[in-house]
Amino acid sequence: MVAAAAEVKLLGMWASPAVRRVEWALQMKGIEYEYVEEDLANKSAALLRHNPIHKQVPVLLHCGRAVTDSLLILEYIDETWLETPLLPRDPYHRASARFWAKFAEENCREATRKAFFARGEERSEAIEQLREQLQRLDEELEGKKFFGGVEIGFADLAVGWLAFWLGVSEEVAGFTAMDAKKLPRFAAWMDDFLRVPVIRDNLPPREKTVEFFSYYRDQQLAAAAK
Amino acid sequence: MAEAEQVKVLRSWLSPWSFKVELALKLKGVPHEKVEEDLANKSPLLLASNPIHKKIPVLLHNGKAIPESGIILEYIDETWTNNPILPKAPYERSMARFWSRFIDDKCVGACWMSCWTEGETQQMFMEQARASLRILDDELGERKFFGGESIGLVDISACFLSLWFGVLQEVAGISLINGEEFPNLCRWIEGFVATDAVTECLPPRDELLATFQSKKQAILATKSMVY
Repeated sequence: MVAAAAEVKLLGMWASPAVRRVEWALQMKGIEYEYVEEDLANKSAALLRHNPIHKQVPVLLHCGRAVTDSLLILEYIDETWLETPLLPRDPYHRASARFWAKFAEENCREATRKAFFARGEERSEAIEQLREQLQRLDEELEGKKFFGGVEIGFADLAVGWLAFWLGVSEEVAGFTAMDAKKLPRFAAWMDDFLRVPVIRDNLPPREKTVEFFSYYRDQQLAAAAK
Repeated sequence: MAEAEQVKVLRSWLSPWSFKVELALKLKGVPHEKVEEDLANKSPLLLASNPIHKKIPVLLHNGKAIPESGIILEYIDETWTNNPILPKAPYERSMARFWSRFIDDKCVGACWMSCWTEGETQQMFMEQARASLRILDDELGERKFFGGESIGLVDISACFLSLWFGVLQEVAGISLINGEEFPNLCRWIEGFVATDAVTECLPPRDELLATFQSKKQAILATKSMVY
């Protein structure tokens, strides 16, 4: 069942991996939606009303009700529109998909954030941590093309930010965590993931993204220095 | 349901996180074995079952290992479908998950750090904790439980705020959750700890208190939540 476009709205920001993740899910299921670009320096009344506690994107509006937090939005989408399931059926495999999603969203993101913003020892420790985390992801891909198996699923959508935004972070902040020779399975996964049409056709422009995060990093570092 | 199910929980009697798992199993009437872990000396079984994080709780169900308390709760609800802990409808489910995460991310850490810091730092954590607890108190409102008439996912996730935080405030000599500022939460705490299933799973208060008193210096040094 395809929802009428007006029923589903996504408040987002073009450079955000969490927002893209929701778009990937909506597009995989063929759900029509209206996309609203937010200026995060000047948040709309709608954003503040629908996500008063965290004031963040993405926010999914469905029949007027707001769902926030990208992984929670993915679960909501999967439970509401049942075609092209994102999560597997079996409870153990669902738990496993949620585990890797949490790992990528919390652990990998935290290490990347530190590698991106920190200096000195804190930064080198973060890079080392990130390398170990990527190794774990590489090991998990043993015998599988995607985390979801033959097709991409919930875990791939959650881990997917690494396929594009890790490279951007490395370029902007001048560090190297990913090593394709040491982690051939993860390297292959990154390529395969970005080649999936729904993903390939729904990524921000790389140059513009690098510029944006470069500016963002300079801003944050300057603010921290005061 | 399979015959001769083997359900084990790798746990620590002190931990609110493994309590969450045990409470969920109790609410659903699932017989299980509690395997006490010494966190200073982790068993080979724990290290094999949760090699990445090496943490409790871990649920072992017929040999399959499921780590991370939030993920375990969803697994339990999907595997044993009586007495559901999550609502049926997708929107209500997303709200339950939202409030669980809010408690984990915005309440527990700030409450914990309020106990172990001093001066301006303590004031800052207490302010953060108060702001989050106020939001939670408003969300609960007049309801008996976050889950409505019966205990649900959010109530289970909020367990730290009941017995454990009560004990910790006593050990640290602070009073953050009081009846004046947080009437709904205080009422919830009383109702929660008095519920049969909860009473049967909670560790004894006096033992918890004595243990945290004895660990106070060590916790003050590291602020670590692993004890």
